Amino acid sequence: MIETLIQGLLLGGLYCLFALGQSLMFGVMRLTNTAQGDFIVLAAFAAIAATSLLGSGAAMSIVAAGLLLLPLAFGFGFLLQRQVLNGTLGRDPLPSLVVTFGLSIVIQNALLELFSADPRAIDAGALATRSIALPGGLAVGALPLLVFAAALACTGALQWLFGHTRLGRAFRAVSDDREIAELMGLDSNRIYALATGIAFVVIALAGLFQALRTTVSPADGPLLLLFAFEAVIIGGMGSFWGTFVGAMVLGLTQQIGFRIDPGWGILMGHGVFLAVLVVRPQGLFPKTRG
Amino acid sequence: MSNALVSTTGLTAFYGDAQALFGVDFELHAGETVAIIGANGAGKSTFLKSLTGLLKAPREAIRFDGRPIGSLPPGAIVRQGLAMVPEGRRLFPSLSVEENLLMGGFAGRPGPWNLQRLFAMFPILAQKRHVPGTSLSGGQQQMVAIGRALMSNPRVLLCDELSLGLAPIVIKEIYDALPTLTAEGLSVVIVEQDVSVAQRVSQRVYCFQEGRVALHGRSEALTREQIAQAYFGL
Repeated sequence: MIETLIQGLLLGGLYCLFALGQSLMFGVMRLTNTAQGDFIVLAAFAAIAATSLLGSGAAMSIVAAGLLLLPLAFGFGFLLQRQVLNGTLGRDPLPSLVVTFGLSIVIQNALLELFSADPRAIDAGALATRSIALPGGLAVGALPLLVFAAALACTGALQWLFGHTRLGRAFRAVSDDREIAELMGLDSNRIYALATGIAFVVIALAGLFQALRTTVSPADGPLLLLFAFEAVIIGGMGSFWGTFVGAMVLGLTQQIGFRIDPGWGILMGHGVFLAVLVVRPQGLFPKTRG
Repeated sequence: MSNALVSTTGLTAFYGDAQALFGVDFELHAGETVAIIGANGAGKSTFLKSLTGLLKAPREAIRFDGRPIGSLPPGAIVRQGLAMVPEGRRLFPSLSVEENLLMGGFAGRPGPWNLQRLFAMFPILAQKRHVPGTSLSGGQQQMVAIGRALMSNPRVLLCDELSLGLAPIVIKEIYDALPTLTAEGLSVVIVEQDVSVAQRVSQRVYCFQEGRVALHGRSEALTREQIAQAYFGL
């Protein structure tokens, strides 16, 4: 039983990394990125390509790939928002949905063309099998623990950024009232680009971990998007900790489902998501408004 | 004409295809308080939105300190020293009182205003600095909105309907703060529904009617009859 709960929380850590970028972009500019999952897969393939170029297997090459990928992802996100997505924002949510949906199809087919449909992974070497012994005869995998720690750190960092920095204040101000924020001298297009840049750093981290933990193939994106979306909706838009808790709920439910029957895990996750939508559509930690 | 701090000549404004201003000529001099009155839909708020860049205006139609500012974005205009207290206050709901005030200083214009000085002027805001701005009473929210505009160290303060939804005693308290500001050389434009308040606190009055200036003159020289005629177009 304890083992199932621990597994669920660790899985939740991964979902939290999937979801944080979505939560950030929706929170700042009401933009639903339907290509979120495909960008995670794109980042995973970029990480796979980078590690194989740098020399597969060695822990150093994985760290180097990460250090290379994260700043690149920031720049990619910044430019994507500045050049493409800013033009889709407005009172009508449809243009941004259509454009990100289009990006999703483009990414899937480009990856299929470049890497074929074969599932691929990063050879994590010793990290894949290393575990840490817990009292009571339990052992926890080092990699899932690392993913969980990263999710915790990213959530805390984003919450601190939003609550205690000048940039975070600007994020909240443009989210509240774009017109008045611009009246104060903010360039909301630039603020949006910075938000997407940061979201893509988390997306890249999620992709790197996904490729380390399991195999990825070009068509995986939509399922990852679904998990990200479910975590954000369950958590509510009140804070990043809400997204974290939403991801934990999703991870735990799926793991309990898997325990009951290996075919039930994903389905039970969707069930809890639907139940939250019916009972508490604003999520567990809704945004408070004056 | 040439010594006006803010001047508009033949200013027009549009919401899509609908024209809201039809050639407004307006002047504001340094240290002066000017009131704009008029019925709902006369174009008062539209005029302030044009001055602050929220509505696009022809480049030469608005001059600030001799330079054309009509085509500039709002951020560039606030950096030159033109700040607005918007209608309905429009505080940022997810920001605390102090954070709302700090947003006002985002443009980074140097000058005398900072948090300490604002808290000295409105002590109640110092007590409530960490609570959400929108949890305050209407009058206190208006203080935050004024303070937020002052934080940009403006040379011209545009106030849109300060008295909206406030009790008379609170309105008086808010307007009593104005002379302190103008004594330091700040120029003020107020848009006001209450004609007697507008006449009391200003040196000159412009009366708008259907997007045009129907009447303007020295506040104490205008009679009730003149204003009523300009107000309703009778």
